[in-house]
Amino acid sequence: MIVLTVAGLTLREAFRRRVVWALLVLTVALLVLSGWGFSKLIGLDTDLGTMTSGEARLVASLLINLIMFGFSLIAAIGTAFLAGPTLAGEVESGQALAMLARPVRRSSVLLGKWLGLLTFGCGYVILAGLAQLLVVRAVVGYWPPSPTSGLALLAAETVVLLTLALLLSSVVSPMASGIISVGLFGATWVAGVVGGIGGALGNEGVERVGTVSRVILPTDGLWRGAMNAFQDPIALVQMGPGEGGFPFLSEAPLTPAYLTWAAVWIAVILGLTALSFQRRDV
Amino acid sequence: MTSETGALADLPPSPAVWCSGLRKRYGRRTAVEEVSFTVARGEVLGLLGPNGAGKTSVIKMLLGLVRPDAGEVLLLGRRASDPRSRSAVGYLPELFRYQPWLTPTEVLDLHVRLARADVTAAEREECLALVGLAGRTGDRVGGFSKGMQQRLGLAVALVARPELVVLDEPTSALDPVGRVDVRDIVLSLKARGVAVLLNSHLIGEVERVCDRVVILDRGRVAASGTLAELLGQREVRLRLAGVDGAGEDRLRAAGSLNRSGDWFTVQLASEDDGVTVPDLVRDLVGLGVRVHAVEPVRISLEERLLAVLRHDEPEAAPR
Repeated sequence: MIVLTVAGLTLREAFRRRVVWALLVLTVALLVLSGWGFSKLIGLDTDLGTMTSGEARLVASLLINLIMFGFSLIAAIGTAFLAGPTLAGEVESGQALAMLARPVRRSSVLLGKWLGLLTFGCGYVILAGLAQLLVVRAVVGYWPPSPTSGLALLAAETVVLLTLALLLSSVVSPMASGIISVGLFGATWVAGVVGGIGGALGNEGVERVGTVSRVILPTDGLWRGAMNAFQDPIALVQMGPGEGGFPFLSEAPLTPAYLTWAAVWIAVILGLTALSFQRRDV
Repeated sequence: MTSETGALADLPPSPAVWCSGLRKRYGRRTAVEEVSFTVARGEVLGLLGPNGAGKTSVIKMLLGLVRPDAGEVLLLGRRASDPRSRSAVGYLPELFRYQPWLTPTEVLDLHVRLARADVTAAEREECLALVGLAGRTGDRVGGFSKGMQQRLGLAVALVARPELVVLDEPTSALDPVGRVDVRDIVLSLKARGVAVLLNSHLIGEVERVCDRVVILDRGRVAASGTLAELLGQREVRLRLAGVDGAGEDRLRAAGSLNRSGDWFTVQLASEDDGVTVPDLVRDLVGLGVRVHAVEPVRISLEERLLAVLRHDEPEAAPR
């Protein structure tokens, strides 16, 4: 009951603060632009000659990953900067005082905030991602092999990041929590790319950078799973094994063990946040 | 079992607030040390003290917002560690801020839901009208002045039918009219049997509405008691002529005596028995003393507070 009340309040904040409308405008602009770009792919003159519709679909499958990365970035930054002020900012401003003096458990308030942010972040990623897939299908006729799991993994990536931002916002200032979580998100992605290059060059040490970072913060791992679900399997065959470290192709789908680890990671971080918030003086 | 329940029901209700041995340290600085007091049901208790005396820390510990390092708190008979202890508690924080993207009506709706209280929309409207926000119910809180936000905070504290209201500096942002409104609200709460814990710098305000006062200084209870106990001595000042030895003896018999020229100040017992002063005047006249003036003198709470804080009290006040 309290959880749902707080979740509703968090969603209402996102709407009232015009976060939703800003994202909507940004997303529609991105969709229109990408639609226009994809339409130009067919019949494009390249050094290798005019691109056929088959080639265009292949390139589109790569470009989808690029655009999806854009969406996941928007969702990541959006939720991280919403999650930051939600705990630390409310404590700092005094907003938390009147609410926490009510007969509510702090863990319920936290869970409510998390649920609200989760609904917001996942809702955005799934709707914007689906819209993008439809645009690409309409323009070049490409439909990814497993769109549902791709969107679900993209949503999971958002959940990981917002959970991290919530933990940080329970211990550091609101702005710092947003910056650190987005910074870590970027760093893990770069580590993933570095790992990919290491793999392509056959250097195990460098490859391990990506593997370890994917375990510490599962955003990049989940993102690679999502890419694998969106991309055309022919693309991998054409690029050859190791895909040359190309950052917008993923070699293999995620293992159940990794998905389980991501779920455990979220639960552990949420538990730590609850513990830290419970002990915090407001 | 039934008889036990009956026996329990016959017991007097537990105090609104009971706290014992509260202690809080921030790093090496001690903010609160060994603070204990009680607020009875329907009682208005004033918390006084200079800046940094630990008043807000004590209030936050009572409400579970700050974890005490030691000590126990019971709110309305339940341990403060149990969130249900705050079911019937209304709180206006010193740092009052409410969701700026909501309207006052929505803020009250939120708090009614959080308190799981059954309060009708009409009652919520009434509550906003009581604090003077009737005309602003649909505006966003973000556009409110500080005074308006404090009024909203007062409505939030009152809306969920509280049995205990904690007001931390409730008039800090209010104009003189607002201050009078708060005083009236506190008095009406008292009349309805709602306990109030009032932290205010405005001593006059505290003196007008509080039954008892706790004075905190450097994190400790420096003095506490009812106003009569704290303000203790009543005095009477007399301007007299022709006072001889017998006259002075008669004055001393009424209480300890101070003389400054024609003016004699006699400290009386705290309770006014209604006869001491008239009898004294009658006896003085009988002894041939000419009585020009008789003035009662009451020590103000402010004087008493300053005396306690400057440690020039002759003896510890009753606790």
